[in-house]
Amino acid sequence: MALSTLIQQMVNGVTLGGMYALIALGYTLVYGIMLMINFAHSEMFMAGAYVGLFTLTGLTNPKLVGSGAVAFLTKNGIGLVLLFTIVFLVAGIAVGLLGVVIERTAYRPLRNAPRLAPLISAIGVSIFLQNAVLLWVDSKALPFPQVFPVIDLKIYGNASISTLQIFILVSVVLILIVLDTFVGKTRIGKAMRATSQDRDAAGLMGVNINTVIALAFFIGPALGAVAGIFNGMYYGTVNWNMGFLPGIKSFTAAVIGGIGNLRGAMLGGFVLGIIESLAAGFLSTGYKDVVAFVILILVLIFRPGGLLGESVVEKV
Amino acid sequence: MGGSKMDIRTNVQSGSWSRGKIALAVLLGVLVVFAPVLLQGFQTMSFFVRVLGIIGIYVLLALGLNIVVGYAGLLDLGYVAFYAMGAYAAVILGEKFVAVVQTISNVGLRDFLVSSQFLVMLPVAAIIAALTGLALGTPVLRLRGDYLAIVTLGFGEIIRILATNDFLGLTKGAYGMMAPIAQPLGLAQLQLLPIAIPAIGFNFIFSVNLYWYYIVVLLIILAVFVVRRLDNSRLGRAWVAMREDEVAASSVGVNIMTSKLWAFALGALWGGLAGVVFANAQGFVSPESFTFMESVFIVTMVVLGGMGSIPGVIVGAALIAGIPEMIRGVAQSPLLAGVIDPTLASAISGYRYLVFGLLMVIMMAVRPQGMIPSTRRAQELHPEDEKVLEEEDQSLWDLKHGADRSEHDL
Repeated sequence: MALSTLIQQMVNGVTLGGMYALIALGYTLVYGIMLMINFAHSEMFMAGAYVGLFTLTGLTNPKLVGSGAVAFLTKNGIGLVLLFTIVFLVAGIAVGLLGVVIERTAYRPLRNAPRLAPLISAIGVSIFLQNAVLLWVDSKALPFPQVFPVIDLKIYGNASISTLQIFILVSVVLILIVLDTFVGKTRIGKAMRATSQDRDAAGLMGVNINTVIALAFFIGPALGAVAGIFNGMYYGTVNWNMGFLPGIKSFTAAVIGGIGNLRGAMLGGFVLGIIESLAAGFLSTGYKDVVAFVILILVLIFRPGGLLGESVVEKV
Repeated sequence: MGGSKMDIRTNVQSGSWSRGKIALAVLLGVLVVFAPVLLQGFQTMSFFVRVLGIIGIYVLLALGLNIVVGYAGLLDLGYVAFYAMGAYAAVILGEKFVAVVQTISNVGLRDFLVSSQFLVMLPVAAIIAALTGLALGTPVLRLRGDYLAIVTLGFGEIIRILATNDFLGLTKGAYGMMAPIAQPLGLAQLQLLPIAIPAIGFNFIFSVNLYWYYIVVLLIILAVFVVRRLDNSRLGRAWVAMREDEVAASSVGVNIMTSKLWAFALGALWGGLAGVVFANAQGFVSPESFTFMESVFIVTMVVLGGMGSIPGVIVGAALIAGIPEMIRGVAQSPLLAGVIDPTLASAISGYRYLVFGLLMVIMMAVRPQGMIPSTRRAQELHPEDEKVLEEEDQSLWDLKHGADRSEHDL
């Protein structure tokens, strides 16, 4: 039993870790550039799941798009690819823009304020968004339609991997590679790295700081939105407070990897996902959330720089 | 160390009171003591006494968190953990205490001890909460502000999850636990004095709610006294220096670690006390009362009221805890049922979190010092204010020219 349970939990953990990695990238991008914890980031994940859900239900509603189109989009292979491309693009762009708007309205006025001010403002944004969805969308959990064809593939004993898990993992890895290349190889990526090293100096060298910050606040939430849709597809429901726990855990993942470090966030996401799944499988599901928090506290105490981060020295 | 010539600003806050201020204080005092008696006397209004008790518990919590957030400048997002520690300690240890005391053969002594169980639990729970604060603080206080916020959040969640999972068989899990059944000390005697004026429908009996209300008020008075003394103490000035600039403070001899630990322990203590009163007044504790939202709630009270300002924090807590409770109470009251539509009232209380979230954002942008700011904090948060800059120039000028300070204070 043990080996197949182990394999099964590893598969689940890697899938979960992929989602954490996507959200963690948003925290780390913003922290690297702004030195602030974007507490509202967990709501980007939630918003993405909702936008994705509504786009998906809209596109699969025969009254809106015609029954022929629905049949094409849900039954045909090319149709499915098209359907999910649209869903992910719409949610990513919409939530990315939401992130930019939040930065403009809630964080930009506080750029030179004491550090607690933007954090408190971010908590306010988070509470506002949760309750906006609770009041104006639905206070109950909504089912996420299972359009994606899920087939379980046996790999060892009772352990299996589903087509959905493969889809999530492949997409996450692709996104991570694209993002890594974007930040590492392109001109605007270089500008982002420069800004995160020294914002003022980068500004003096001709980098448009506002563009870089806006970009970070677009990419992070867009990735969070993608993770939100994965989460909706994986667990089958979306909920107004679904962002809180994954948000905190992904922040943990970002810290494990070394906050401000993109590859660290990716690594941290997978590490945390696997540890949490193993804890759920071998210890107790009731305590699986505690595991993440305990790891967060231990990492912050013993290795505050994270696995891949440099040790941070307080600047005068 | 007090009273040296240089700390003019700290002394301004505790300086002499004008006549108007004294009159206001007396009026408030009379209201706080006698208004609940009137409310209790009229059947239709008596629910307000319970609401006032709940508000009082939040005021106590906000005053405690104010030590950590307002004075020491450490953002604690898991303050509710100490509140939970106090409440669970009161229930678990209170039960044990009552069980032990029940074995005493002398009836008078036994009844006295049983009824005073919560008085015994107050210091016990306060110490447990303060020790929890120290235990958590020792490893994590080295962390920078925003990291600390997340770690304390994690700690708050850990405590709640442990309580939900019936940790070590202590907490009975998600169903919660009943507080020890015991008539609180002196309530029976107080209830012997009913006052009734049938002509106006006034029928006063000293209710349990009123009893806990007065206990909370006494604790708040104690808290205000202690916090004021702290503010003007050596430790209080160390906190000011520390939150303005940690590196500079430590280089002039402030022990950062000790100052932070004191702030954490002293803040936690009031959380524990509030927990004891909450558990006994409510008669029931469950993990549901100690969610992350509750912590955010208390932070909001401190931030909106004015970090570091005692009147600000009290007003903040009274407004934020009070408004939704009042609305809910009014909606349920037979007296005012016709005035406010119950569906409207429940809609308003549903919107409260939305409004609080929005308020936090707006306050940070427009008025980060809060509704009733502390002078000191306002200056820290708006260093670009012309008045402050002028003052700073002035003192520089004084130093350079060696002029007598009082000449320029006109």
